[in-house]
Amino acid sequence: MELLLIFMLLFMILAGIVALWTDELLSAVIAVGAVGIGTSVAFLLLGAPDLAITQIVVEVVALVLLIKVTIGVGVRTTSGTPSPKRLRLAAAVSVLLLLVMVRSFTGLPEFGSPVMERVDDAPSIVYLEEGLERTGSANQVMSVLLDFRAYDTLGEATVIFTAVFGALVLLRKKGKKDREDADGGEDEE
Amino acid sequence: MVYVLCAMLLCVGIFGLISQKNVIKIIISISIMENAVNLFLVVIGYRRGGIAPIITERIYEGVQFAEKAVDPLPQAMVLTSIVIGLGVMALMVTMALRIYHVHGTYDITEILKSRKKAEQ
Repeated sequence: MELLLIFMLLFMILAGIVALWTDELLSAVIAVGAVGIGTSVAFLLLGAPDLAITQIVVEVVALVLLIKVTIGVGVRTTSGTPSPKRLRLAAAVSVLLLLVMVRSFTGLPEFGSPVMERVDDAPSIVYLEEGLERTGSANQVMSVLLDFRAYDTLGEATVIFTAVFGALVLLRKKGKKDREDADGGEDEE
Repeated sequence: MVYVLCAMLLCVGIFGLISQKNVIKIIISISIMENAVNLFLVVIGYRRGGIAPIITERIYEGVQFAEKAVDPLPQAMVLTSIVIGLGVMALMVTMALRIYHVHGTYDITEILKSRKKAEQ
């Protein structure tokens, strides 16, 4: 179980390195798709089937979006490699951050013993014990998402609405000002 | 070990974010970082030999459901985070498309050069 998870994580790290290494944009997009699918399989191993399903759907949509901006506009390769100075800086920063993170992991419980067991009256335990009686949902993830913490889901919907709205504004062909300039605004959509 | 591998995946993303010049590659790096953080949060809530937090029976092998299931709270929050990640990705992709329409390239150093030339 844990070995499978470690194998999946190594695969994802490899796919991530390939995505950054290659000059072909299509290969990079496919490699990042492999990272996403690897995340999905890891979620499945960690007992989170809802997350695995959502991750696959999101990954497919992201792949379509990324292919649209690379092959869709006719850009196939990156122009030039990053300068060695930039690479050294990036390597230094990421190795430093890795060391800091590894050091901070000593405060966390071992893999396989959840944080919720260490805290008295942890909300997660309450959700697990009383979720069925209080919400009537067999799936406790959904009872947290749509009942105990429904305001978070409302906030999520707001963020997605804002993102879609921003994308629509960026994608429109003509601004309002241009339309007024073009005599009398005959091309109303 | 699992924690360290998650951190390594995050560092691959950070490395790409700093070193890459292509806008698409930067979006890809952010996507890798997002996956790493989501996975780490779910790993923190994992219980060894745990089952998915879906009630089918009250008692499994003589153990209460609440002592057998994995933590549902990080999973619910990560579900939110994944969907928001898609929204942010869509916004970044449209920004990249806009950059391409204006400058004709995805390379940020070339964009900076052309802007400097235009200012002079």
